[in-house]
Amino acid sequence: MSPPAEPGTAPDEIIRFEKVTKRFGALTVLDDFDFHVIPGEKVTLIGPSGSGKSTVLRILMTLERFQTGRVELDGISYHESGGKGPFKASPRHLREIRTRVGMVFQSFNLFPHMTVLRNIIEAPVAVLKIPKEEAIERAIGLLDLVGLAEKKDAYPRQLSGGQQQRVAIARALAMRPRVLLFDEPTSALDPQLVGEVQSVIRDLAHEHDLTMLLVTHEMRFAREISDRVCFFDKGRVVEQGTPSDIFGAPSEKRTQEFLRSILD
Amino acid sequence: MIYGIHWDLHSPLAFAISILPILLIGMKVTVEATILGFLVALLLGLVLALLRRVPLRIIAWPTAVVIEFLRDTPLLVQLFFLYYVLPKYGVTLPALFTGVLALGVQYSAYTSEVYRAGLDAIDRGQIEAATALNLSRARLYRTIILPQAIPRIIPALGNYLVSMIKDTPVLSTVTVLEMLNLAQIIGDRTYRYLIPLSIVGALFLLLTVIASTAVNRLDRMLPKEGVPLR
Repeated sequence: MSPPAEPGTAPDEIIRFEKVTKRFGALTVLDDFDFHVIPGEKVTLIGPSGSGKSTVLRILMTLERFQTGRVELDGISYHESGGKGPFKASPRHLREIRTRVGMVFQSFNLFPHMTVLRNIIEAPVAVLKIPKEEAIERAIGLLDLVGLAEKKDAYPRQLSGGQQQRVAIARALAMRPRVLLFDEPTSALDPQLVGEVQSVIRDLAHEHDLTMLLVTHEMRFAREISDRVCFFDKGRVVEQGTPSDIFGAPSEKRTQEFLRSILD
Repeated sequence: MIYGIHWDLHSPLAFAISILPILLIGMKVTVEATILGFLVALLLGLVLALLRRVPLRIIAWPTAVVIEFLRDTPLLVQLFFLYYVLPKYGVTLPALFTGVLALGVQYSAYTSEVYRAGLDAIDRGQIEAATALNLSRARLYRTIILPQAIPRIIPALGNYLVSMIKDTPVLSTVTVLEMLNLAQIIGDRTYRYLIPLSIVGALFLLLTVIASTAVNRLDRMLPKEGVPLR
């Protein structure tokens, strides 16, 4: 049961940040931040570390609160309708939001005491109440998709980092999210393993219905898969546009400096 | 004569053999008190550890005070309190039960700290991943946190089990007839203390060795990454 869409939400937006401010103590991570994503869009967030990119994902995943402003996902507000301040949402409301979002973490975060298969079916069985046999069948399908069907009975420690991250992607997909968040999915990987994870994400980018937000430092990859690239600095989007705009002819000085520093 | 068993004072060996059955009856009481007391400590300790993690300060804070109080007052004081003070207020418990309760309550403060350390040691990423997968809080604890905490806390819990075995003689002060109490009674009546006390020492050693061996074996058996719980 989701609260009705509040007035002002354009129906063609799945994610909406309005004047959001997020502080960690004295540090302002998001500063009067506005941001919109339309369904199916593939958006890459780039920028120096500490510029607020990951915080956007973490707020969407309900892992982080914010102080002022409003955030909406699929018409659901991040504070309960009628509530005054941001994020006065009940656990139930938060869980409703989480049914629509999935996240892939930098450090994979697979459950080490469970087999690959169990990692994937745990939430669908426990949360979505999908019958176990059906969940297993779907999990194997997803493992096929990420090229790891033969590893279903392995434990995470028996897998390489790249394989673990591919399992983590399958695990997130098993919850059928409308929005999938990737928080530096290849940053923790040895260079030779980056490609296999990127190729899985690239395949997903062809799914029209899936909205994807990706935080990455891999500029070539960002260019390849995104509809839109947003350059973050000091808690704001300084510049955004198509990959060819941003990478080809960045207009802002800070974007130019950042791209020069990272491409060197 | 105790429990209808007579002792034989003709030789040290005969004496030892004749009082052994009496002391074994005492050992049974010691083992019972330890097992029951430790069960209380395991369960109550978990409750205390979880209450201490409740985000509401009005619950977490008093829990912390109770834990600190239990840890920082002597077992004997707590035992005497339960045994002598509670009956004044109409709560009369059998001596063994009082002893089990005192042991369990004091050790629950220790075990709660063990649980706390075990829970704190769980990688934050695990909790974030479970949140992202929309697992409920109960499910998070049952299938993600506790299974990973268990292998990490077994050795510390084992130490407390051994320690509790060695604390059971305290129960003799409230008339529980455990090993040491019986040995002392035998000594008082025969004026021979060396043999009964030596046997009691040896039996304690036997119990603690068995307990720590069992814990070590359990520790090696459990997968380090965590125990899958349904």
